[in-house]
Formats: sequence, structure tokens, C-alpha cells
Amino acid sequence: MTTAPVLTTLSNDSGLELRPAGSWIAANAAVLERLSADVAPQLDAATAVRLDMSGVRELDTLGAWLLEKIARRGAHEGHPAAMAGVAENYAGLLDEVHQVNRTTPAPAAARNPVAARLDDLGRAALGTSEDMAVFLQMLGALCAASLRVLRRPRTLRLTSLTYQFYRVGWQAIPIVVLITFLIGAIIAQQGIFHFRKFGADSYVVDMVGILVLRELGVLIVAIMVAGRSGSAYTAELGSMKMREEIDALSTMGLDPVDVLILPRIVALVLALPILTFIGSMAALYGGGLVAWFYGGMGPAIFIARLHDAVSIASFEVGMIKAPFMALVIGIVACSEGLRVKGSAESLGKQTTTSVVKSIFLVIVLDGMFAIFFASVGM
Amino acid sequence: MPDPASFAIRVRDLVVGFGKRMVIDHLSLDVRRGEILGLVGASGGGKSVLMRTIIGLIPPQSGAIEVMGVTIGSTHERRTQAAAGRWGILFQQGALFSSLTVRQNVQFPLRENLVLSDALLDEIANAKLEMVGLTAEDGDKFPSELSGGMTKRAALARALALDPAIVFLDEPTSGLDPIAAGEFDALIKTLQKTLGLTVFMVTHDLASLNTVCDRVAALADGKIVAIGPMSELMQSEHPWVRAYFHGKRSLMLQPKAS
Repeated sequence: MTTAPVLTTLSNDSGLELRPAGSWIAANAAVLERLSADVAPQLDAATAVRLDMSGVRELDTLGAWLLEKIARRGAHEGHPAAMAGVAENYAGLLDEVHQVNRTTPAPAAARNPVAARLDDLGRAALGTSEDMAVFLQMLGALCAASLRVLRRPRTLRLTSLTYQFYRVGWQAIPIVVLITFLIGAIIAQQGIFHFRKFGADSYVVDMVGILVLRELGVLIVAIMVAGRSGSAYTAELGSMKMREEIDALSTMGLDPVDVLILPRIVALVLALPILTFIGSMAALYGGGLVAWFYGGMGPAIFIARLHDAVSIASFEVGMIKAPFMALVIGIVACSEGLRVKGSAESLGKQTTTSVVKSIFLVIVLDGMFAIFFASVGM
Repeated sequence: MPDPASFAIRVRDLVVGFGKRMVIDHLSLDVRRGEILGLVGASGGGKSVLMRTIIGLIPPQSGAIEVMGVTIGSTHERRTQAAAGRWGILFQQGALFSSLTVRQNVQFPLRENLVLSDALLDEIANAKLEMVGLTAEDGDKFPSELSGGMTKRAALARALALDPAIVFLDEPTSGLDPIAAGEFDALIKTLQKTLGLTVFMVTHDLASLNTVCDRVAALADGKIVAIGPMSELMQSEHPWVRAYFHGKRSLMLQPKAS
């Protein structure tokens, strides 16, 4: 059925005659494009152009458009190219194609590369301040919502809060325990290995105890929660935004902050200290096991040394940080979720931003807490 | 007995079900080449399931489907993929790729299947957009920036990108105002004439059935209970078909037809 397309050109005194034949269809696109490009110089030179279409066996939009392009190129002032012998069933298509691509959209103005770079820089700076504004806005909305709940405690969405707590707290326990256990074990192993060189291997207990309780326990757990639950919050709220579910809530007279965001963030603020506690214990347990089997330090000695090495202050320092980190993760995750626009790509971008930003802010916050605790002497 | 080659779609003894629930029950249907067939049926009655089975998205339990002479299996089969080049599908929600602009959406099937220069790709995409009543400027928009009617038009342009022999339309006029729906119907009719398309249309829009469809098939209880031109269906004795076309609501919509 499909035959190779050909384009025969005949030059006579009355002008140029073109005889397209065969299948002018998309399947032969590459050949057709070459054929119509080859004939262009002759078209420019010719005074009058005639197209004899009687040989065309098959025609689709692509072929029709290429023929139309030839006809347009062959048209010179006052002498449109003539088309003859058009089969009846293709006449409509050719008429249709005759109408299209009449206006060329204005090409986008080329930008000066230096100006473009400066423009991007300016926009990025503006974006940062906007990010800050969004964060503060969410914090404010959250405070207002919590005040409303404090005034009328019955408006707290307990079911939603419980469910979110179950998801971000209870379901996270296995992975948190596993990772922190391994981290504790690795720190203890490295400590014993290096401290042994100068006979200080018993100080590994001090190192593991202080490091885990003050810094690593809460930091590792916060980073894991940001990756695990923060991303889930962003994706959930983002897809709800995309499907106009959040708009639906607002039109029912409900504040999305009350309904969706407050329970999520409160659940996170409650869950993170608990996870931090469990994670710290698992890390100490891992450290203890390594000290016992790798360092030869029995559990009784490990616990006694731990008792001497860490004060309750170290434990408090770690636990105080946890809810603040949860708050930062929750606010970033929820506000990024609400910034999702219509496309699937934007959902992915916002989820990435949410995780990256919350991990960054958690570490910055940890640094600020370190300065604070140093100055209050904890 | 008409020539088998004159059929675009042939469905024989098709059975589709989910678990124990039978949705399509020994259904047979022929769609002639170059006609516009409208499929009506109760909401949740399996119209979309039938369409999705024909295009290979849902595996049938038994039965045979032929589209343009090619037997259809699951979407991942080579034969079905080859047939896919010969059909275009307009999904109910448009299903435009949200991370691409409208023009890139239309170019996507072209780019995947053909070797074309970028300039020609742009021209063809603009041609398709103008054929469905959009402008070249609309091509730079993202799907999330389009109105409902424009989304349908853009999705139709993408469905027509490869000049398919068959177009499947899933409720093309749902969610459009009567004027826009009328324009869309006219557009389908024009394109069907100019491009020689076969159109398989799932619809509830009685006006579209009346104005553009050459034949209408009624799906009830998992079977085609009536098929023929609209005038024939209006005479049908089947209780569901009577209720559909002679119900209060239908009569309100078409005072002429009663």
C-alpha cells in the first residue's frame, strides 16, 4: 500500500511544474523533508509554480503541510502557486492546512548573558527572602491555630492527630532504632580502635555517651524524620493542592491550617522527642555491645562509666532540641507542600526542596543551640 | 456479509471482569471505517472499561479484539504497541503531560516515532494546534494554565499528532458549556471528514449523539443491547434504552426528537 514518495520537477517556459507522487505520509517523514528542502532553490528561482497532485496516493497532515509549504514558497508577488489534480478526499485536508501557520509567533527576545546572570541572582535573592516570609507566615498561622485550640480544646482534631502520630512516631520506630543502633556501634568501634593506641580505650564510653545524647541522637533522628515524614507531608499536601482539595476545604469555611497542618506538626513535635529518646537508647545499646564484644568491657563497667561520664544535662540538651527541630521540619514540609503548582514536576521539585531545606535548617538550628548551651553553661 | 477490511474495530465475545464482578459479558461490536460511533451506557456500566480494554489497558478474560486488522493484547505487547501508532486517545481529563508545554505535548508522539527536524516539528505542532482551534501562542503554555475546553482541544491535538486512523474519545464534551461542546462536536465532525478518521466516542451528551454520531451503540448489562443510527435507537424496545432516550431529562433536552 505505502509507496516511496517522489517529487518530479519539470521546467518549461510557463514556469516550474512539480509532480509529487506516492505516499506523502508521516512514516516517510525523513525522505519527505529532504525532498521538499531540495526543491527550495528552484522554487525561489521560478517565476510561476504549478503543483500537479494527481500522483499522490496517500496524504496526511505532515505531507499536506510540506506540500503547502512548497506552494507558499513558490508563490511570488501576485502569482500564487497553482494546485491541480487534488483528489477529492484530500481536498478538505489541504484546505485546512492552507489556513494554518499564517502568523509567526514573535520569537522570545534573546537575553544578554551577563544581564541574565544578574537577573537570576536577583531573583534567587528575592526567592530567599520570600522563603523566609513563607516560613514566618506558616509559623504565625500555626501559632494562631494553636491559640484557637488552646482557647477551645475541643476543636483539636484528635483523630487526625492520633493517626499522624501513629504514622510519624510509631511506624518510624523500627528504622530509627536500627539506624541509631548502627551509628552507636560504629562510633564505639572507631573510638576503641583509635583510643587503644594510647591506652585510653575506656574513654570511649564518655565519647559515645556525650556524642549520642547531646548531638548525634537528635540530629540523626531529625534528619531521618525530615526524609521520611517531611517528604510525605510535602507530597500529600502538594497533591491535595493539585487536586483542589485544599481549595475545597477553604470554601467549606474550614482553615486548612487547622484541619491539615496543625495535627501534622503537633504529631511531629510530640513524636520527635520520643523517637530521639528511643534512638539515643538504641545508640548507647549498640555502643555498649561493641564495647563488650570488641573492646572487652563488660556491661557493668560500661554502665558505671556511663554514669560518671554523662550528666543529666547532656540528656536534657539533646531532648530540648528535639521539639524545635520537629517544628522546623513540619513548617518547612507543610509550607513547601502548599507551594506546589499544577504539574507533576513541581510536586517533585517541592518535595526535594522540602527535604533539603529542612535538613539544612535542622543543622543550622543545632549549631545555634550549641552556641546557646555553651553560653548558658549546659 | 460486509468485507472484514471495512471494519476499523472488531470485538468478538469479549469478557472483562474484576474479581467475581463481570463488567463486560460476551460483548460483540463492529465499528466501520470512517464512521463516528457513539457509545452510551449507565454511569459505572463499563463504557470506559470497554474502551480501555480495546486499547489494551485492561486485559480481557476472554474474547478477541481487532483494531485495524491487528489483534490487541496487553499494552506491553509489541503488536499492540505497533497498533498504537494507528490510534489516538483523548482521555477524559486530557492526561496531558504536566511538565511539558502544550506544544511539547503535541510533539511528543511525533518525536518518539519519527525523525524530523526541530523546525518542522514546531510547524506540524502549530498546524495541529490551529486545526483544533488553538493558537500557536497557546503552545507555550503549560497544561495547568489551560481552561477545561482548551485542555480538551490540546489533548485532541496530541491524539491527532500522528494522523491516526482511529480516535478514541472518552466523554469529550463533559465539563464543557453547551456552546463549547457544540464547537467541539463540530470540530470532531470536521476533522473526521478532512482526515478520514474513525471515531469511537464514549459520551452522555445527547446533543453530540444526535448531531455527530453516524451510529450509536447502547451498552447495558455488559452487552450491546442496541446499535444503529440515532433514529433507530429512539425506536428501540429495550427498557434501558427507552429509559435513556425517552426519560424525562432526555425529553427536556431534545423537544424536536420526541
